Amino acid sequence: MDVFLLSRLQFALNISFHILFPTITMALGWFLFYFKLRSNLSAHPVWMRIYRFWVKVFALSFALGVVSGVTMSFQFGTNWPGFMERVGNIAGPLLGYEVLTAFFLEATFLGIMLFGMHRVPNWLHTLSTLIVALGTTASAFWILALNSWMQTPQGHEVIDGVAYAVSWKAIIFNPSFPYRFFHMMLASGLTASFLIAGLSAYRILLGDNKRAPTLAFKTATYTAALLIPLQIFVGDLHGLNTLEHQPQKVAAMEGIWETTEGAPLLLFAIPDEEERTNKFEIAIPNGASFILTHDINGKLQGLNDFEGEHPPVAPVFFSFRIMVGMGMLMLLVSWLGSTYWLRKKQLPTWLSKFFVGMTFSGWVATLAGWYVTEIGRQPYLVSGVLKTSEAVTQIPADNVLISFVLYSAIYVFLLLAYLRTLMVMCRKASDVEEYSRPEFTQFKLQQAEG
Amino acid sequence: MFIDNLTTESLGNIYIGLLGLAILIYAILDGYDLGIGVLLPVKDEGHNDKMIASIGPYWDANETWLVLAVGILLIAFPSAHSALLQSLYLPATVMLLGLILRGVSFDFRAKVIEHQKQQWDFTFKLGSLITALAQGYMLGIYVTGLRSDMWAQGFAALSAVGVTAAYVFIGACWLIAKTTGDLRAKAIVWAKYGVLALALGIAAVSITNLMLHEDVRQLWLSAPTGLVLIAIPILSFTLLGIGYLVLQRLPSIESAGDKLPFFIAALVFTLCFCAFALSYYPYVIPGHMTINETLSNGESLKFLLIGAIFVVPCILLYTVMVYRIFSGKLETLRYH
Repeated sequence: MDVFLLSRLQFALNISFHILFPTITMALGWFLFYFKLRSNLSAHPVWMRIYRFWVKVFALSFALGVVSGVTMSFQFGTNWPGFMERVGNIAGPLLGYEVLTAFFLEATFLGIMLFGMHRVPNWLHTLSTLIVALGTTASAFWILALNSWMQTPQGHEVIDGVAYAVSWKAIIFNPSFPYRFFHMMLASGLTASFLIAGLSAYRILLGDNKRAPTLAFKTATYTAALLIPLQIFVGDLHGLNTLEHQPQKVAAMEGIWETTEGAPLLLFAIPDEEERTNKFEIAIPNGASFILTHDINGKLQGLNDFEGEHPPVAPVFFSFRIMVGMGMLMLLVSWLGSTYWLRKKQLPTWLSKFFVGMTFSGWVATLAGWYVTEIGRQPYLVSGVLKTSEAVTQIPADNVLISFVLYSAIYVFLLLAYLRTLMVMCRKASDVEEYSRPEFTQFKLQQAEG
Repeated sequence: MFIDNLTTESLGNIYIGLLGLAILIYAILDGYDLGIGVLLPVKDEGHNDKMIASIGPYWDANETWLVLAVGILLIAFPSAHSALLQSLYLPATVMLLGLILRGVSFDFRAKVIEHQKQQWDFTFKLGSLITALAQGYMLGIYVTGLRSDMWAQGFAALSAVGVTAAYVFIGACWLIAKTTGDLRAKAIVWAKYGVLALALGIAAVSITNLMLHEDVRQLWLSAPTGLVLIAIPILSFTLLGIGYLVLQRLPSIESAGDKLPFFIAALVFTLCFCAFALSYYPYVIPGHMTINETLSNGESLKFLLIGAIFVVPCILLYTVMVYRIFSGKLETLRYH
């Protein structure tokens, strides 16, 4: 295999593994802040108990995010030297601001959040929880600004192949940035919600009948039910934005080869890039045109208009369907769950099991979504400015093969250890006794839950 | 603003200064983390929890200084970043794997059942050791100007041991400051071995360094820089001697002087760092690339500098704050 393919595989592996954890911690940080606030406002320890369980999950996920993130900062130089040579003047400061304004903030205040509860006043502990949440969000802001600039670059000029900044405001707030930022934050919210719901359901199924898992389950179900319609709305806006700036990506997502008026919405198909056609289509007539142009006879540009300049079709096409399918499932399950929670004190066992099955649905949807947008940008690394193949390293392919094998092994090992540890933590937590002190009566509990 | 009027030369100096600061702080802070990891007994005799708790609230932020250092190198000196990391591709990969093992073990061990804890302690130690050795090795190759012949390999191997010894020394000193009783007594013994190993390491690295580079040798023999450069090893050895005496005289129970060894260690680190910095300035990669040759576009650097001027002092401030919050001897650290 050549160094280009290996470098791409390695980068895809690293970033796919990395994104799993920030996707959890970005929103879990805000969940923790909420739990901590509820704990401050009520005298009942149930919210603190929820906080303590989830702060451990946060710490573990955060550590995995940090170590896999450090790897990324090295790979720009080791595998993609052309990236910094050609667009470093734009990417550099954005990455720099991420380190300065987000990484130190998160890492330092996490120390207080995890170990400082008895060392600092309560307000400072609450503030630290808030600062960690803000830090993870700031990190998302900068890195998504950079990623969006790579998708829809503006505010720069290219001289002799090298990009120079003209307007930082235009660079940061480039056309796809607001959509991508909110889309990702909501994705994180949903990922964390389904993680909390799934693990809480797992604890309840293990026989944990304390208030804490039920209350966390309920909170997460309601949050998911609120976020998913918002996400569908923002996702739709994001799609329209992509249609305007990267029509070839949308054409790949929808599997449209020829420019068509009244293009059908393909529920299923197998795109065949050699024949430049689809097989086994199941379609809703005029559907794609209606969704994307809000007109059943709207015109959509096809892939054949971009021959040689469009992404590989099948991975984008399928990833997009996986993401949307997962979103629909999330809508169904969270609304069903919420309906039950509103009417009853408990969920039926089959639904709890369903939630356990959905524990990592956020990961699937988020990864699929990133594959759509990142593969959809190919063959470019920075749309219209730099091709991926122009940025790759000259080092021997064998070296990259060695590192790729090593990374693969360690990531598989870590992922298994992570999942296993989460299960162990659930079992440990289930064995803990419920509060028996008389001052935490049922009445008090109801007050605490508000 | 005055930033707009900065010359390329002063921009280069500011960024190489920031890079140096980040590397120095990283070496001191993550140095003690890694040293404690290397020292961690494989067979737990009741001290492992305390040793790991002594770095609990800090390791994450400590490692961030490495991200900052690599980040500054990437942003301000991109061609040096890619030249350096492409020739150090495999050792850098090994170091990253070490950092991954070290970082995650810390969190896993606190959450699993008892018998698995020992396995994570082992990966913690292994990860720390791999990281320290790999960093020392890379430093060695870097100092030779990215050579790869046998001489350079030998020097790099020496440097790997030297850096690991330095980390062990500062790690043991950190433990003396943070712990009591048995563990503190053990740490004093570790620190004494550490002083000896470090003294040997500094001597060996200094001599080899003089033999390797003609221009470094010239620099060391020329006034006035040469005087400073010769003063540095003398000062370091004096400090290490004082450090050894302090360790000899530390009373068997905890005392006010328990923090002293750590400060001595940090000072020795700073001195060694200054020797390197003075020897190689204005090179970013010794003998190959100078600051000016590899400095990236001035306008982008100015844009980042505006933020850095405000943010870096804040980072230092809240880092100090966290160290004050958790200062003093260790209590058993728990997640609440």
